[in-house]
Amino acid sequence: MTHVMSVASAGSLQPQPSWNLLEDVRQAFMYPFMVNAFRAGAIVAVLAGLIGWFMVLRRQTFAGHTLAIVGYPGAAGAVLVGISATYGLFAFASIAALVIGLVPNTGGRGYSEESAVTGTVQAFALACGFLFVTLYGGFLSGANALLFGSFLGITSDQVIALLLVALAAAAVLAVIARPLLFASIDPDVARARGVPVRGLSIGFLVLLGVAAAEVSQITGTLLVFALLVVPAATAQTWTTRPVLSVLLTVLIGVSVTWISLLVAYYSPYPIGFFLTTFAFAAYLISVGWRRLHTEERRAPLSVRA
Amino acid sequence: MDSPDDTVIELHDAAVRLGDRTLWSGVDVDVRSGEFVAVLGPNGVGKSTLVKVILGLLPLSAGSIRVLGGAPGSMNQQIGYLPQRRSFDPQLRIRGTDVVRLGLDGDRWGIPLPGGRRVSPRARAAATRVEEVIDLVDAAAYAGRPVGRLSGGEQQRLLIAQALASEPRLLLLDEPLDSLDLPNQSAVAALIARICEREGVTVLMVAHDVNPILSYLDRVVYIASGGAAVGTPAQVITGPTLTRLYDNPIEVLTTSDGRLVVVGQPEAPAHHADRHAP
Repeated sequence: MTHVMSVASAGSLQPQPSWNLLEDVRQAFMYPFMVNAFRAGAIVAVLAGLIGWFMVLRRQTFAGHTLAIVGYPGAAGAVLVGISATYGLFAFASIAALVIGLVPNTGGRGYSEESAVTGTVQAFALACGFLFVTLYGGFLSGANALLFGSFLGITSDQVIALLLVALAAAAVLAVIARPLLFASIDPDVARARGVPVRGLSIGFLVLLGVAAAEVSQITGTLLVFALLVVPAATAQTWTTRPVLSVLLTVLIGVSVTWISLLVAYYSPYPIGFFLTTFAFAAYLISVGWRRLHTEERRAPLSVRA
Repeated sequence: MDSPDDTVIELHDAAVRLGDRTLWSGVDVDVRSGEFVAVLGPNGVGKSTLVKVILGLLPLSAGSIRVLGGAPGSMNQQIGYLPQRRSFDPQLRIRGTDVVRLGLDGDRWGIPLPGGRRVSPRARAAATRVEEVIDLVDAAAYAGRPVGRLSGGEQQRLLIAQALASEPRLLLLDEPLDSLDLPNQSAVAALIARICEREGVTVLMVAHDVNPILSYLDRVVYIASGGAAVGTPAQVITGPTLTRLYDNPIEVLTTSDGRLVVVGQPEAPAHHADRHAP
């Protein structure tokens, strides 16, 4: 009986959708905290799309995941010593990026070595995060939000901070984009042509750390993948033109974020759930459609053979 | 032909060490402009290492080298390089055209503006050049497809186009025929010879099997454990020369269709240094 009551009362505090889309959007935008959430969401989704596209191309999703996880001890540690969690997020993500990037990998392209280092960093980060939460004593308020994200209470100052960091990261990416593409696809030839392949690799990991720290402020550190990986992976099933593919990644990321924010506003459930669900649904639909499409095209060939 | 300006690659008494092992030493090579030269020798003898030395990626332990009149590595903008067999990840969602384009300006910082082809003559020239080299290697039919989905021969043609995109004076090809089927081997060999002749590009090609390119070659560099020999194929690929290089009795047989068969060739110690260079 009490259970039913509590659900009912939670429901009454929740804004109710009128199912008139325009009206619902207008209502959500009436609150400054929601406007800030839409702004922050857009900034984060654009940056995540730009960096995530290269991450998917470079097969560095494991590194991206680790750099996001590192935000958890970063933020918890910052709160523990009494400074803003944001500083902790960025500091830890950058340091972890340098660790993963600077550990020398012997032989060939060294993917396996990178994975080993990355995995170790990830395990250590999670353990440190738990240690910091324990040291803080009892319940670290917002630990849940750290892990799974929250869009409530984003201030205008935070939006500006997110914007400045995103602009700086995007500017750096614009400068290195072409050699980075070269080094990602064809490292041997790029090196012979004087492209600093290793420097770019380390630089990109730092950018990835910055992006992960930005995104995790909205999605939480555990769900960064939703914005970093899935839009890029989805876009790459649709087009092989690099510029178009990047633009599509950004478009998918922003759309998924805004739709999730709107749905989360009218529901009692966490935003991270909607973000991951919508992003993954877009991915599944794209891959499924592509597969059907290519099967159709292949069918006559196999009949002829 | 004898003027020093005509020399594209010049190695004098050169030696290379990897770790504490001397791969080769006492190598003298002069490659002149417009020549098609093959680097031959058993596995693990350091053929790919020679290419990396020419690119300035590895230092010589003794002797001297000049490439296009400068120190190795200083003229790499004028060298087209095709490393040993790479195949692209089948999942790689990038067009063949984009891979070729990287050979033209992939080392430049900044990004080209979208739609620049309409306003910038330079962007137009770049797009034209990419089309040109793709036509040159007969890859126009599939250059727009995702590169990971193409066959080995198609990928190899696009990679040759990539190496040619920046109009290099020297082309360094590391086993470009490796892992291609026989029809593709002779087609790609003929393509390389045509490029060498028509575009006036000097070609240095590492090869495991000399036969697909034998009829096109000007000279060969044969490296074996006992040193190196340089000359025309008829001078170098002979019983006495190879016997001296391998320090083992070697016979070279000629088949009725002109192919060469080397008999008695011992396998080099299985270091495979050319495949897994540090």
